Formats: sequence, C-alpha cells, structure tokens
Amino acid sequence: MALEKITQVTGRGVHVPGDDLDTDRIIPARFMKCITFDGLGEFAFYDARAFAKADGQVHPFDNPRHAGAGILLSGSNFGCGSSREHAPQALYRFGIRAIVAESFAEIFFGNSITLGMPCVVMSGDNIRAVAQLIDSDPAALATVDLTGRKFSIADMDFPIAIPDHAHEALVSGKWDAIADLLEGVEAVRERAAALPYMAA
Amino acid sequence: MESSAHRHETPAKRTFIRSILASLRWTVHFEGFHMSQTLLDKVWQAHAVRTLPNGATQLLIGTHLIHEVTSPQAFGMLRDLGLRVLYPSRTFATVDHIVPTDERVEPFSDDLADAMIKALRKNCAEHGITFFDLPTGRQGIVHIVGPEQGITQPGTTIACGDSHTSTHGAFGAIAFGIGTSQVRDVLATQTMALHKPKVRRINVNGRLSPGVYAKDVILHIIRRLGVNGGLGFAYEYGGTTFDAFTQEERMTVCNMSIEGGARVGYVNPDETTFAYLQGRPYAPKGAEWDAAVTRWRATASDPGAFYDDTVTYEASTIAPTVTWGINPGQAIFIHENVPSPHEVPEKDRATAEEALAHMSLQPGRPIKGTKVDVAFLGSCTNGRLSDLQEVARHIRGRKVRAGVKAIVVPGSQGVASVAESMGLAEIFREAGFEWRGAGCSMCLGMNPDKLVGNQLCASSSNRNFKGRQGSPTGRTVLMSPLMVAAAAVTGEISDAREIFSVN
Ligand code: SF4
Repeated sequence: MALEKITQVTGRGVHVPGDDLDTDRIIPARFMKCITFDGLGEFAFYDARAFAKADGQVHPFDNPRHAGAGILLSGSNFGCGSSREHAPQALYRFGIRAIVAESFAEIFFGNSITLGMPCVVMSGDNIRAVAQLIDSDPAALATVDLTGRKFSIADMDFPIAIPDHAHEALVSGKWDAIADLLEGVEAVRERAAALPYMAA
Repeated sequence: MESSAHRHETPAKRTFIRSILASLRWTVHFEGFHMSQTLLDKVWQAHAVRTLPNGATQLLIGTHLIHEVTSPQAFGMLRDLGLRVLYPSRTFATVDHIVPTDERVEPFSDDLADAMIKALRKNCAEHGITFFDLPTGRQGIVHIVGPEQGITQPGTTIACGDSHTSTHGAFGAIAFGIGTSQVRDVLATQTMALHKPKVRRINVNGRLSPGVYAKDVILHIIRRLGVNGGLGFAYEYGGTTFDAFTQEERMTVCNMSIEGGARVGYVNPDETTFAYLQGRPYAPKGAEWDAAVTRWRATASDPGAFYDDTVTYEASTIAPTVTWGINPGQAIFIHENVPSPHEVPEKDRATAEEALAHMSLQPGRPIKGTKVDVAFLGSCTNGRLSDLQEVARHIRGRKVRAGVKAIVVPGSQGVASVAESMGLAEIFREAGFEWRGAGCSMCLGMNPDKLVGNQLCASSSNRNFKGRQGSPTGRTVLMSPLMVAAAAVTGEISDAREIFSVN
C-alpha cells in the first residue's frame, strides 16, 4: 500500500487547553453507536462545546476565528482513557491533521499515527506561547516539521519531539502497518505452528 | 496451521523439531546475556514473528477478542482491502457495551444498538468467528467472558479493541488494548506492529485490613504513580498480597493498569491461576492439561529477572479508597479530606480545580457524607461472582436508602446464572437493588443505563471521566463494591467498615 510520506503538516492552529483530556471527552461514548467512522467529526469535544455554549462561552472548536484549523494544541496526557479509535478519527474528520501536546497517552498516540496524524510533544511553556500567538492572529499558518523536528509559526521555531519509530513511520510513508504485516504472513504461520495453543 | 516443510514427518518428530527451532530462535533473539527473564520477555520472544522495516516487532496475537463497538469498522476495512480473517478460530466475539440490561428481546428499542449487534452477528457468521451471543448463555463483558470460558491462558498474547484488555494479564498473559485499525491488522494477519514495553515491578506485601480490597490496591497504586506514570511500561504485579489474591482479585487490579497509563499489566501464573482454569470450556484437557501447566509454569518471571523499575507498597497502609475528581488518580482514603488545589503539585492544579468544579466538592472537607444518587455495582473491574458474593454477604437484611437508585449488573450471563442459583439475586432484590442482565451498562452509559443530569454515582467501575456514565454533567466516585453497597444503604459516601461492622 503506497502511503503518503508525511514530513510536515501546515495549517492554522487551535488551542484546547487542559491536561488529561480523555477519550470520553474527545468523543463521548454515546456517539460511538455507529458502524462506520463517517460523520464523527461533528461530535469531537461535543459535551465540552455544549457546556461552553450553555455558559455563554465559545469552545475553540466552535470559534469562527479558528474555523478550518488543522493543528490542535493541548496539555499533558492527551487522549488518555479508552482505546477507541473513534477519538482520533473524530478529530481527523473534524479537520485536525496534527496534534501538539505536552505528552500523549500511548494507545491514542498509536491510533493517531496509524491514521497518518502526527502527535508531537512540545514543552508546556512553548505551547502556551504559541496559544497566545494563535489568539492574537488566528490566521497565522503553523507548521509541524517532522524532518526538522520543529514547530514553526510567525517566523518562530520551537523544538518538538516524537519517538523515532513514529517519526520513521510517518516520513517513510509506513504509518499504516498493514502492508508490512501482510508481507510477513508466511512467517506468521510458522510462528503460530510452533505455539501449542495456536497449533491445536 | 502446518508449515509445509515438516509435512512428511511424524507428529512427534515435528514437535521435537519445532521445539529445537523455537529454542534456536529464542537464542538468536536473546539480547545481552541475562539468564533471568521476565514473563514479558519470554512471551514476547515466543510471539515475535520478525522485525518490521520501521523497527517495530511484528507480534503474533494468539487470542483476539472482539465486541460490537470497535469491530464493525475493522470488518469494513477488511472488506475494502479484499482481505479475510487469517485465523477465525483464534477470534472470539461477544456483545457487551450496548446491550440493554432490562430488555433482552430484539429488536432493541434503540435502533443504533440494534444495528450494532446485527452487524457483529453478520460479521462473525461471514468469517466463521465464535460469537457468545445473547441466546448462548455465555454472553457478557468481554474481559469477564474470556477468563470464564478458559480462553484467557498464561503465556499467551491477547488483543482486544478495548483498553481494559489488560485484565487478562491476571493469568500471566500479555494483553493489549488496541484501536480499530489494529483490530483490522489482527483479523487480517493475527499480528500487530508493537514496540516492547519496559517492565515496572510493583510489589504489594502483607495482608490487607478487613474491608480493604483489590480495588483499593489498584486505586492506591494509580494515586501514587499517577495516571500517566505507566506510560511505556508494562506493570508486573507481585508480592505476598498478590500471591494470596484470588484470580478475580488479580483481574480487578490488572483491569485498571491502563488507568495508570500502563497498557499492559500482569501477574505471574501460579497454582491459583491453574486451579481457576482447570475444567473451563476452552482450557486444555487430559494429558494436554498437564503439558500446558508445565509450560505455563515456565513462563513466570525468573528470580533475579531485570526490571526497569521497581516500587513496593505495604498492604497494611492501604485504606478503602474513593476518587474525588475526574480521573482515577484523583483518589483519597475514605477518612481523608478532599484536597485543596494548592495542596496538589502545580502541574495538577488546573485539573484539580476543574475536578472540584465538576464534582461540586468542597476542598478541605471530608468526602465521607457526600450525598449519593445512584449506586452501580458491576463492570469488568468488579462485576464478577466474588464481588457480588462479598456484597451479598453484608447486604443481607439491609435496605437501600429511599431515593437512591441502586443497580447490580452481573458481568456475564455465567456470573448471573450462578449468582441467581446461589440466591444472591434475591438478597439484592430484597435489599432494594435492581438485578439486571449482563453487560457494561452504567460503566459507560452506551445502553439505556445512564446517569441523569448531575447525579452522583457511587460506582464499582474504573473511570470517573467527565460524562463517562452517560450524562455530560454526571459525577462518578470510584470505589470497591462493598463501599458502593455502603453508599447505597446510607445514601452518602460512607466507610463500609463502619456501616457493615467489618473488622
Ligand atoms: S465494563 Fe466498562 S470498562 Fe469494562 S469493557 Fe465495559 S465499558 Fe469498558
């Protein structure tokens, strides 16, 4: 399967502050009653958006100033909780193409990479600095540059980190493992035959 | 599956050759010269197929468990790619998240739920996958069904599109929660691409005080190590407390590993494990049983194995624990006060403030005495027979406080039928609990069992995230099953040891 080599993602930024933004908040379970991922985008952060509205505020995902944003910035332990791929799928279908956070939960991270949606780590101070820039100029284009391992906005660069294996998978167009896994099927059969519980 | 190279040999000789091949492979994969290995090392080596171009391991997944929520899209992807299920006999399905627990007749009144169960039925039939469907008497929460059927076995690898798959680690299996694309990978190739985690050994030693349970142990561990303290680690639980635990108690702890950030958690298999498995439908039988036990025993971590980190706790220092916030690490002992934001480390302060606002709790005040609207007893953490037995033992003759909605949701039809035959259902009903059918129910509110508005729920489940129990403003306080019962009886968060005179 020939996949796009993802070396950089450019787009407008949107900052959703908070630590431990869990998968139930990214996509509440009641919207997982579906048999396809189609249409999930509109339910991303559904409850948080509704709460904001009820409080007379505007959630960043509903703020017209950030409409069309493709790069999401948030806090630490982003995506903790469930293994539901519905969470990164909802963000992706909303239009997010890269996520910048202080840290990521492991399963969410893996699920996102498999969608070709880079998750990169940046310091909290830099995230807050970038959030201010975005707030003052929402139209500013930001770039997550995987090759240069930096985040750029308004002529400024900030260092970002991403584990080597995920980096390699994205830039070489191998972020979805299925093709590699299928190539190994003969070896899989051999390995399985050597395990009593599978050979039975 | 047979590999063609050995087809002309006798079975005995094939087994012999295979064991030599396996040991050769084992040597080649050996990194460094640690003579002692962890269970994770051994299971990883036995299941590593090859190294992928990006450096990940193509890891064989011996057992794949699926359910209705995270599998339909995976089957759809399979169809798009024109692929079939490689080992249909190694995938087992059940339906748990969306099943109503009060109506068992189909079609369900919720069209979306009905479409999901039908899709799973169709996918299983089309691919020849065993489905523990509603009429089988073996349906239930996937993490309860696997062990109960004897499918979950030591030394194996297990994957399921659900983060609480770590539960199966209680048997000395390496079990991963996975996303839907990986469900597709496992269906199509019986493998997935993974990086080997580090291992943190968590010792708990000594005896738990009366009224303190496995649930308190894991809440305590998460409180101490943090909700992302396990990132990149597998947790190996051991020590004399774990040695003395039943299989069901070990499952409760392993279940919540992911709440501490560890995708994998396990306990080394021992006689307790083997005794639990013997005679279960999918457990090996006769001579195969003996051979299996010998193999399983050898998968346990060796004395002197290398751990990337080790932490140790004393069981006697753990008290009944409840959460006060919106993640499972925000936990305190029942006699402690709700913390003030300025008492928590600065990095956790904003979350603490958000938690207090969501929970409407006063900092510096006791959590004990907080009014409870709903009591939920169930889930893959605490919906097993021993959980229900322990509560029934104490609840007999007591009454749920007027105004509290209390429900018991057995984790599986198997649990339900045994509990019913033992008279537990009657005890619960007499006490004023609703006795429901098996499923996930109010653990995540994907079925009709949901909190309403900002109701506060004393819950034996595993997640207290905002909105988790089906109402965006609903509030969840996690605790052990007996603490849930105490809350049900008093209508407020209580110390079960006082309410039920446990000492
Ligand atoms: S009981 Fe709760 S945590 Fe367990 S599988 Fe069901 S929804 Fe997930």
